[in-house]
Amino acid sequence: MIRIKCPYCGERDHSEFTYGGDASIKYPELDAPESEWTKAIFFRENIRGIQKETWHHTNGCRLWLEVERSTITHEIKSVKVCHPQIEKITKSKL
Amino acid sequence: MTSVRKEKYGKINRDKVLGFTWDNKEYFGYEGDSLASALLANDIKIVGRSFKYHRPRGVMSCGVEESGALVTIGSGSKTDPNVRATTQELYSGLNAKGQNAFPNVNFDFGGINNYLSRFFAAGFYYKTFMGLPPFEWGKGTGIWMVFEKIIRKAAGMGKASREPDPDSYEHANDFCDVLVIGSGPAGIAAAQELVNKNLDVILIEQDSLLGGNNLSKKDFDANLLLSKLKSSSVRVMSRTTAFGIYDNTVVGALERVTDHLPNPDVKLPRQRFWTIRAKHIIVASGALERHVTFNNNDVPGTMTVNASKHYLNRYGVLTGKNIVITTNNDSVYQTAIELHQAGAKVTVLESRKKIKLDLSKEIDLHLNSLPFSINGSKKIDSIDVCKATDLSFKNTIICDQVLMSGGWSPIVNLISHRGIKPIWNQENLCFIPGDIKENISVVGSAKGIWNEKDCIESGLVGANEAMNTLGIHKKEISFPSVGGWSNSIEPLFEVKSNKFPSKSFVDFQHDVTAEDVRLAHREGFISVEHLKRYTTLGMANDQGKMGNIIGLSLMAEQLDKTIPEVGTTVFRPPYTPVPIGALTGRNVGKHFRPLRVTPMHQWNIDHGAKMIEVGLYQRPWYYPKKNETLSDSYIRETKIVRKTVGICDVTSLGKIAIQGPDATEFVNRIYTNPFAKLPLGKARYGIMLRDDGIVMDDGTSWRLGENEYFMTTSTAAAAKVMSWLEELLQTRWTDLKVNVTSVSEQWAGAAIAGPKSRNVLNECVFDPSEITNENLPFMGVLETKLKEGTPCRIVRISFSGELAYEMYIESDYANGMMDILWESAQKYDGCLYGLEALGALRVEKGHVTGAELDGRVTIDDAGLGKMASTKKSYIGSAMRKRGVLNADDREILVGFFPINEKETFNAGTIVCEKDNIKGQGVGRITSVTHSPELGHWIGIGFVKGGLEKWKGITLIGADPIRNKQMQIKVVSPHMIDPEGKRMYA
Repeated sequence: MIRIKCPYCGERDHSEFTYGGDASIKYPELDAPESEWTKAIFFRENIRGIQKETWHHTNGCRLWLEVERSTITHEIKSVKVCHPQIEKITKSKL
Repeated sequence: MTSVRKEKYGKINRDKVLGFTWDNKEYFGYEGDSLASALLANDIKIVGRSFKYHRPRGVMSCGVEESGALVTIGSGSKTDPNVRATTQELYSGLNAKGQNAFPNVNFDFGGINNYLSRFFAAGFYYKTFMGLPPFEWGKGTGIWMVFEKIIRKAAGMGKASREPDPDSYEHANDFCDVLVIGSGPAGIAAAQELVNKNLDVILIEQDSLLGGNNLSKKDFDANLLLSKLKSSSVRVMSRTTAFGIYDNTVVGALERVTDHLPNPDVKLPRQRFWTIRAKHIIVASGALERHVTFNNNDVPGTMTVNASKHYLNRYGVLTGKNIVITTNNDSVYQTAIELHQAGAKVTVLESRKKIKLDLSKEIDLHLNSLPFSINGSKKIDSIDVCKATDLSFKNTIICDQVLMSGGWSPIVNLISHRGIKPIWNQENLCFIPGDIKENISVVGSAKGIWNEKDCIESGLVGANEAMNTLGIHKKEISFPSVGGWSNSIEPLFEVKSNKFPSKSFVDFQHDVTAEDVRLAHREGFISVEHLKRYTTLGMANDQGKMGNIIGLSLMAEQLDKTIPEVGTTVFRPPYTPVPIGALTGRNVGKHFRPLRVTPMHQWNIDHGAKMIEVGLYQRPWYYPKKNETLSDSYIRETKIVRKTVGICDVTSLGKIAIQGPDATEFVNRIYTNPFAKLPLGKARYGIMLRDDGIVMDDGTSWRLGENEYFMTTSTAAAAKVMSWLEELLQTRWTDLKVNVTSVSEQWAGAAIAGPKSRNVLNECVFDPSEITNENLPFMGVLETKLKEGTPCRIVRISFSGELAYEMYIESDYANGMMDILWESAQKYDGCLYGLEALGALRVEKGHVTGAELDGRVTIDDAGLGKMASTKKSYIGSAMRKRGVLNADDREILVGFFPINEKETFNAGTIVCEKDNIKGQGVGRITSVTHSPELGHWIGIGFVKGGLEKWKGITLIGADPIRNKQMQIKVVSPHMIDPEGKRMYA
């Protein structure tokens, strides 16, 4: 059981969350050419080590979180809110 | 073996006599007995038959590592097979039976296998039944499957009940600062130290009594220890096994709540599955004594040395009269003395040439001696002894019991679960835990520390590590060193036999012998992982607790390598078996998953609805009148909707409120069709794609205000779409000022469909002339109120192809809305219709749902390419025309008619060309219905190249599952009113 420290709700079981995907992907603009989208969607690194990934606190605050997790040990290095404005608010108020 | 109950020994309660049944005969034991100790006290020697050779087996240990005394408890649906008699507490009326034997364990026909055993070496079945003479004709897995069934019957363990499990189980959760696993000296020391620092400590013990190996001491008082711990507020969980350590110091544990009770309270669960989240874990799981591999080392009457000490001092049972102990280490001598004091004649076969110990003269000590072979089959008659130096015969000793100690193995299983490889300690001939980077400390004999004083000290060091983790203080204290015997141990794994066939067991439970290990080596299975799978060494339900290390040492010898070079297999959870029922907990039957109902659920049932599960939702399926069947009913409902009017509960659709200054921009980016200029008070049907250009979902969005939209999604995709919108707003388009809220539960909805629907609505709303074609045109949205004043929303959309509306109201008013709608619909001879009729109506119109939009279909495939804007970019626009998605032979949405109008077909039918009925054909039928309007069965689905390619050509609908083929033709999916005249009326 991975335990994730949600910046808003506190430390919770991973069963409250839904795994999103690779958080390091910069999605192209909507009008970007097919080649750029292909690269973003299909060409992914299979990382051995610390990976940046998104998790959705589906059964909690419903924030999308950026989690740094080791794919070897499942150790979680950091958790932050994806949305920069909300990240600012949670940091100052919590 | 002649085992007897001894007065003045044991921690059993002799005032409480318990009757129990063993193989249909009645016996007595005492409160505090285990089933094994009660059997031993009654001098029952044979309690099981071995897995492969059906050799008689007796009690071989006193704990979870037991390989001999596996029994079946209970009968009927309460049957519990493969129970270790050593850990089963005795209760009044316990009914136990021997297993894997016919007619019983004392006399078993299967015992013939023992005499044929030279043929049953490792891999025998695979070699013989997968294509060796005389079975070459059956080479391959097909024939193996046939033989396997027969073989399984002969070789095996107890039989499980075929009936549903009548017991209930529970899931439970807990948190603590420090979790201590094991209540031996080290665990207790750690727990007491930590609780004194006001920390929240849970102590887990698999046994019913606390104490661990201290329970084998004559003067140890487990109850006193328990009350001490309780008064110091340690949370004690006994009869609970920590079966696995998982990520982030989470422990899975199984609590046996009622397994020891004769008539448990029906309100109590049988077992509880615990998930315990600790900040630090102290593993004090102890060590297990190893046996020695030599010829006939499994004859009933063989046992580990420490087990006999437990039986004497915990249960008051002296397990033999004439005992031979064979050893290579110091741990046995205290036991030898105590067995002697209890009245047994004790002989010790010591493999070492000299040792320094103070021993009583009464103990007959033979140095440089090894056990060579046991004589006897159902009981021990005598043992042949040989010299350790050259294995030459020495003498034969008459005895009734042989106790074995080949050294001790720390229980490193739990640490292995964390991926930490154990390290071989040559000095003590055992694996000890490797370096741990997590917040876990291993203490006591689990770390390879043998004497009690050092164990206690290691417990305190573990407690200190926990306090370092918790930030109580920072102190570096080092562990006492591994080991602790005064004379060092010498290797004793196997005494090689020159007899053939010899039966020197490595793994008792799976009948793996030393010869099997050597055979595996000869045949090239030299990696430990291959050795394990080829011989099944360590794969029985004790998971190699007794035999693994001996097996490794034998392989090391064959390879001329050291044990650490050979390595060890990885232990995986669970440490001891966990019933599937406990893992399932209460999630059985109707509680398997949550149930969702709409606010008018009861209203639907009261009005005669038969319900159907759609995802988690209960939805009205059909509303039968009198004796109508499903098909009678939905055909009638479909006809009435096309003729007058019908009402249908559509609440389960997903509903999302989209609000904010950038709401329009947001909606425009996610749908393929333009939304930027959707006027206020209008709705639009929209399709959304995934990033890769495949259709994600469809639905409508209504513009309620300048900056406010109300989106509906399909029932099945509601949660997915909501998460998707949140993902886009929170991770990609963080500059957009939009808020999305799921309002699926807040709004109840009903569809009002049919030529009379406008009349019905006008009777329901406050102003009876409000609903007109001008006032509420196709795709118009109206916020109004019902005639008694409740606000509601009406949208003119049609799934059925008829003039139709959907009305939404706050969920609390759902029943009132349905009453008003139904009252008015009845005046026009309307009906209530369910999901089956809804499906029929939409198939007739060629409207797609989840059956068609299955994650493989593009917007062009679905025939909705016109809805993909070329003037704007949206999610999926860059990718929807890529490579394969643009191929000429894409499967395109079409309709299907049977050539013979009397024939029916099923969803899932494969569409093939006439003379080429194979594989995936050229298409598939996804949805079917009887069409009352057309008078025959119709379907929609996909075919390569679409209608254009197959118009006028007869195809075959193949349904291999039902062994059915029929002629079909391809038609336009819009089968009724293709121009949509009715909808716009």
